[in-house]
Amino acid sequence: MTSAAAKVEALHFPHRHLLTCEGLSATEINFLLDLADKAADANRQPGNRRDVLRGRTLINLFFEASTRTQASFELAAKRLCADVLNMNVSTSSVQKGETLLDTAMTLNAMRPDIIVVRHHSAGAVELLSQKVDCSVVNAGDGAHQHPTQALLDALTIRRAKGRLSGLLVAICGDILHSRVARSNINVLNALGARVRIIAPSTLLPAASERLGAEVFTDMWKGVEDADVIMMLRLQRERMLGSYVPSTREYFHFFGLDHEKLTRARPDALIMHPGPMNRGVEIASTVADHSRSVIHDQVEMGVAVRMAVLEALARNLPN
Amino acid sequence: MNAKNKSPRKTANGAAHAGAKVYFNARLVDPSSNRDEPGGIVIKDGVIADIGPHLRRNAPEGAEVVDCKGHVLAPGLIDAQVYTGEPGNEHRETLKTASQAAAAGGVTTIVVMPDTNPVIDQVALVDFIQRRARDNAVVHVHTMAAATKGLKGEEITEIGLLKRAGAIAFSNGKSSIANTRVMRNALLYGRDFDALIAHHTEDPYLSQNASMNAGEVATRLALPGVSKAAETILLERDVRLVEMTKGRYHAATISCAESLEVVRAAKVHSLPVTCGVSINHLTLNENDIGPYRTFFKLRPPLRRDEDRVAMIRGLGSGEIDIIVSSHDPQDADDKRRPFAEATDGAVGLETLLPAALRLHHSGELPLLTIFRALTVNPAKLLGLDAGRLIKGAVADVILVDLGQPWVVNKDELRSRSKNTPFDESKMQGRVLRTLVAGNTVYQYGGAERA
Repeated sequence: MTSAAAKVEALHFPHRHLLTCEGLSATEINFLLDLADKAADANRQPGNRRDVLRGRTLINLFFEASTRTQASFELAAKRLCADVLNMNVSTSSVQKGETLLDTAMTLNAMRPDIIVVRHHSAGAVELLSQKVDCSVVNAGDGAHQHPTQALLDALTIRRAKGRLSGLLVAICGDILHSRVARSNINVLNALGARVRIIAPSTLLPAASERLGAEVFTDMWKGVEDADVIMMLRLQRERMLGSYVPSTREYFHFFGLDHEKLTRARPDALIMHPGPMNRGVEIASTVADHSRSVIHDQVEMGVAVRMAVLEALARNLPN
Repeated sequence: MNAKNKSPRKTANGAAHAGAKVYFNARLVDPSSNRDEPGGIVIKDGVIADIGPHLRRNAPEGAEVVDCKGHVLAPGLIDAQVYTGEPGNEHRETLKTASQAAAAGGVTTIVVMPDTNPVIDQVALVDFIQRRARDNAVVHVHTMAAATKGLKGEEITEIGLLKRAGAIAFSNGKSSIANTRVMRNALLYGRDFDALIAHHTEDPYLSQNASMNAGEVATRLALPGVSKAAETILLERDVRLVEMTKGRYHAATISCAESLEVVRAAKVHSLPVTCGVSINHLTLNENDIGPYRTFFKLRPPLRRDEDRVAMIRGLGSGEIDIIVSSHDPQDADDKRRPFAEATDGAVGLETLLPAALRLHHSGELPLLTIFRALTVNPAKLLGLDAGRLIKGAVADVILVDLGQPWVVNKDELRSRSKNTPFDESKMQGRVLRTLVAGNTVYQYGGAERA
């Protein structure tokens, strides 16, 4: 690995943690996607376990409820033969008033190799990573970042379209509160895709035009000629008058239905990070459309997380 | 009649004007074209087919003619703030009676407010108003929908769907949106749909229990007063929010000099801000309350005369965009109470123009300025194809005798409620005839719907 400096980059993910997509290079992202691509193929074969994480301990530390992401990380780790510990927040010391940093240092004393963290506050995972000796993977911090989601989305698109460069990707929905949108904008831009974000102004962050995406408040225009339409989940508490007046109005103007779908390219992919609100941000029949790759996203999620864990494990001390 | 005068295109005109009606010998007053000159108009198929000084004496052949006897022909007035009782309080006013009062006052388009029971905050209710108006009203009726659900100021309404259903603008009615975040969201969300948010600006905490303008008169009457700062504070807040959101904003009825300053500054900065004033605040002041006259209890309250004069100045400079009647029918039971307990509001559709003409007769405002704030300006503000006396426009036209003296008698008002502050007042100027899409819907001293 040390022989040719040029080769080092392609064979190596030079980071201890995966906290954010911001600043990741195309080379680094493609390295992870290539690794994940192989893992995805391997996962479809029987007896698909590899032992690259044998003897390693992974802690899933979820301060915010999650079913699919936690299960995905757990499965990814187990396919690589790691020992997995799921920290259930409702029974943890957090409920007893322990601070985030005390929790971090307590876990650190147990000497895990990788901690996967989800937290409801932006920046919390970064803070935790500063206090531990192991690798940390951000599984979502507030509305900030969810790197493995963006990577699995990129892999899904790449496998369906063969490339990302030059594609037009429209991300539609609650951009304001979305870590998925922020992470995806970073990854898609790094890989040369054009990104649009579509939302009512109440669900757009300030200075959203500075994020590296074109901004639309009219979905009919925003999805025009899109190669990919990525729908975001609208949280229930945001539906009733505070940010948007009603689910009916939201669906009419910002829900993906067949009519709006016809504005996109005829081979446009339909994506959603899940869990979906059918009839709120996406019509039920569109979710089940032949061009919907929503289930592929879930499958690629496991593969991408395997790739991330493997890449980080390579940098761990023995 | 005078069509015998030779015109090279007489025959062509004659054929073209079959079935037309000609109003000649009039004074044409149209702010949209800055016209104030003798002339006439030809109305055919509900549209102004021709207009100009050439029709002063000459009526084309084959047309029915009306001699205007030198009186003013002007665009029908547009009143952007009319409360009715339909649905929910039909004993106060229905769309039908409001429209009849409007016709008698020369108002050919009314915008009804969402403060009804139920509140107009849903698509089905906008549709209800439009259907009822279509079947019963004699003038054009548009709906101002609620900006927040139930006018509670907590959750924004379906602005997109309501606008598509025909809501012309959005308002929180007689109450103000106290929650700054909700107001921000209404402006921000409304901007995506190019919706106009019209807001009654009055800080609800400062104005709690207040029944008139704070000051010497209130103190002498020992009535709880509200400072005009309550109005200006909220207006200033709103202007800041407009600056932030770029949403279209209209201060529904300002009433004091300080508010005018705020609007002026907003306009200097080219913000999408407009404002209106009610006819009451142009012609009355707090002294009119006298010995606790509840028919002068209004919201915003009548202010000092300096403020009234400032409102007139604002109209003259164009900083105030429109005049509204703020027609607010209330039954006698709700008005004839101790001052503090009486409801706010006054009817105004039938006295809007005569009261406004006081400013013309007193020399305080030019005639065109008064009509501009009652016709083309509200049309522009609301995006209506109306309020213009030009060729091709829908023939919403009024004939006005500027000089005719008369005394208001509340019992002769067509409005179902009689709470006018102008009862027994002397007026100069009277609407002689009101046309909606070419049809006569009111004629003074004559049969209506001629």
